[in-house]
Amino acid sequence: MIVKTIFSGFGGQGVLMMGVSLANSAMNKGYHVTYLPAYGAEMRGGTANCTVALGDEEIASPVASEPNYLIVMNAPSLFSFQNRVTSEGVIFLNSSIIKDRPNRKDVKVFCIPCTDIAQELGNSRVANIIMMGAFIKKSGVVSPDIYLKSLESIMGSKKKSLAEVNRKAFATGFDYVKE
Amino acid sequence: MSKTVFKRPKSLKENIFHYCPGCGHSIVHRLVAEVIDEMDIRGITIGVPPAGCAVLAYNYFDVDMIEAPHGRGPAMATAIKRTLPDRVVFSYQGDGDLAAIGIAESIHAANRGENITVIFINNACYGMTGGQMAPTTMLKQRTTTSPAGRHETLDGYPINVSEIFSQLKGSTYIERCIVNSPAGVNKTKKAIKKAFQCQVDGLGFSMVEILSLCPTNWKMTTIDSCKWMDEVMSKEFPPGVFKDTIATAKKTAEAT
Amino acid sequence: MNKVLMSGNNIIAEAAIRAGCRFYAGYPITPQNELTEYMAEHMRRADAGVFIQSESEIAAINMIAGASAAGVRVMTSSSSPGISLKQEGISSMAACELPGIIVNIMRGGPGLGNILPAQGDYFQATRGGGHGDYRTIVYGPGTCQELADLTMDAFDLADKYRTPVMILADGMMGQMMEPVIFKKPKPRQYSEKFMLRGAGTGKSKFIRGLLLDPIDSEEHNWKLARKYDVITKNETLHEEHNIEDAQLVIVAYGTAARIAKGAIKRLRDQGMKVGLFRPITLWPFPELKLRALSAKIKNFLVFEMSTGQMLDDVRLALQGYANIEFHGRPGGAVPTPAELANVIARLCDKND
Repeated sequence: MIVKTIFSGFGGQGVLMMGVSLANSAMNKGYHVTYLPAYGAEMRGGTANCTVALGDEEIASPVASEPNYLIVMNAPSLFSFQNRVTSEGVIFLNSSIIKDRPNRKDVKVFCIPCTDIAQELGNSRVANIIMMGAFIKKSGVVSPDIYLKSLESIMGSKKKSLAEVNRKAFATGFDYVKE
Repeated sequence: MSKTVFKRPKSLKENIFHYCPGCGHSIVHRLVAEVIDEMDIRGITIGVPPAGCAVLAYNYFDVDMIEAPHGRGPAMATAIKRTLPDRVVFSYQGDGDLAAIGIAESIHAANRGENITVIFINNACYGMTGGQMAPTTMLKQRTTTSPAGRHETLDGYPINVSEIFSQLKGSTYIERCIVNSPAGVNKTKKAIKKAFQCQVDGLGFSMVEILSLCPTNWKMTTIDSCKWMDEVMSKEFPPGVFKDTIATAKKTAEAT
Repeated sequence: MNKVLMSGNNIIAEAAIRAGCRFYAGYPITPQNELTEYMAEHMRRADAGVFIQSESEIAAINMIAGASAAGVRVMTSSSSPGISLKQEGISSMAACELPGIIVNIMRGGPGLGNILPAQGDYFQATRGGGHGDYRTIVYGPGTCQELADLTMDAFDLADKYRTPVMILADGMMGQMMEPVIFKKPKPRQYSEKFMLRGAGTGKSKFIRGLLLDPIDSEEHNWKLARKYDVITKNETLHEEHNIEDAQLVIVAYGTAARIAKGAIKRLRDQGMKVGLFRPITLWPFPELKLRALSAKIKNFLVFEMSTGQMLDDVRLALQGYANIEFHGRPGGAVPTPAELANVIARLCDKND
């Protein structure tokens, strides 16, 4: 089993962090894992994306030509990547700022207004963690416990209060999507 | 009993210089070796000879040496000094080596204030390769690659290395000397000693530019060469101290 | 020791510091900047470690040559165009028998090309790259774990043979993260007699590449050649994957070999018996091991992210004993396992 996920959005939305946190969780679960950021000339405000491949066997290519999951945080990302998703794959989109919807019928779509939810929680920067809550619940690739522990370990020495904020954001996203 | 008044410096090997008659390298080699002897630093000195006439300097200096590719002496010297901060490290460079192909390495070593000493031989031509035009060739000077004389619109101007390096905040001591007379030779030795002392005291980048003669490639007698240096070369490259912040550097060093 | 998730660039840097690298000089170029940045942050923390952001790649390679002569373990890194600039110094280090590690995180070329993963520097790396009769040991790691292990091994080999060693990876290897475990480095074995640290009260030494006398120079060249023969005999590394029953074998290294493994899985699921021969040392190339395979396997496909460079070594190794096909994606294009699988499936149809 190998599961590939693409995370994409504006630079600054914490897109690469979503990928790194998932990759760390997968490592802590004992999976093989690769994380590959799209890199280019350094630029603020451009699009950012990364790919995480995880599974119980050696991962050949870290590139996802047909990802199982696509998480899009802005509209350009949806148009760039929606056609790549494998048939029966799943798209998670940030419905706060993406008005369009995928035109494919063979994929499942979850719309999470994560930017709005983040603002309700009083911290617009946790939109990515809210999205991760929804993603972890629906994908089940790792347990919420492992994810949160991994997230805390990569945040490292940063403020303790931040861990609490992230926990709350994750739980809100997790609860937003129904069983 | 007769008293020895002149002998080979201990830091020079027994080998006979291969340099042409009248060449300034032999003089400067001797001066550097005398300074090393007088400062008693032979055992801790590492020299970096260049590509050029002085490429075989390791046949003459009896100190540890490593040859650098053309122009890269200051980069190598930087690394050796950073790795072994208690050693005395000098690079020995010609005008093509320092002011053309190695200008980046040289200027950045100076600008970083590397605690090394550069002995810069300016003889207004490429000696080893047969007298081609150097960055320091005089205007109108004929060389094998400026057969009609160096022309400013075609070949640019002679580069005033000491003036440029003295403008860098990183450099500590920059002096230009000339070895066409006994007085000039004595002054040059003093400058070399001051430069090495600057390094031993940990005060930063020091360079002595030495106007040196190349009778063979200038196609002059040695006497005429010495005259030409006074009448032409030293007008473009006036000898003198271009920078000396040793005193302030000492104060800063003592304060910290 | 714990597994950590790190990018390839950071892994090389960390492995180097753990292996005792105490001098690093480099100049920014994508896609290897994280390596230089990691060194900037961590090298100065290491005991007596020196980090210098040099004025150019040329200065960087000559700096590590100087520090190597002074007796410490040294490294520089760059990406393709910067490695071209370093060739002067690499040739010089080979001539002067100075150990040192050069990392090339390859990008698309020729010229400035682009910053995407490519394998177009194989010739430059394995043929010597600079002027004169010399070779550099070249590692072509295929996983982040190998980046860590081979970086440490590279220091040992560089010391053992007193020669520059190159780590040849690409932008994908440099940028991607994988879990890695750092092994315990071996203690350094390098004689002080090769170090230039001032003569003390003894005889002075010099290190040089200039040998004006042709007989001296010839002897020096043969001495180097004999050393390269010993390296070829003792240090060649490769991996065989699904070879036992294979009817076709892909020859690929680095990122291309990873993609090949993905393709092999797809092909085997469809019943096609395909294997992989992966050179780990690109120089010395595992020539004899590959030739031995041709006794029972008659079809090979060389797959590179170039227009065909390692292909030459495969031809030399197989000497006409087997058929060789080639699939290449140069210039920064990274093919998918599916694409390669399709190429091979068509080939298998043709062969049937």
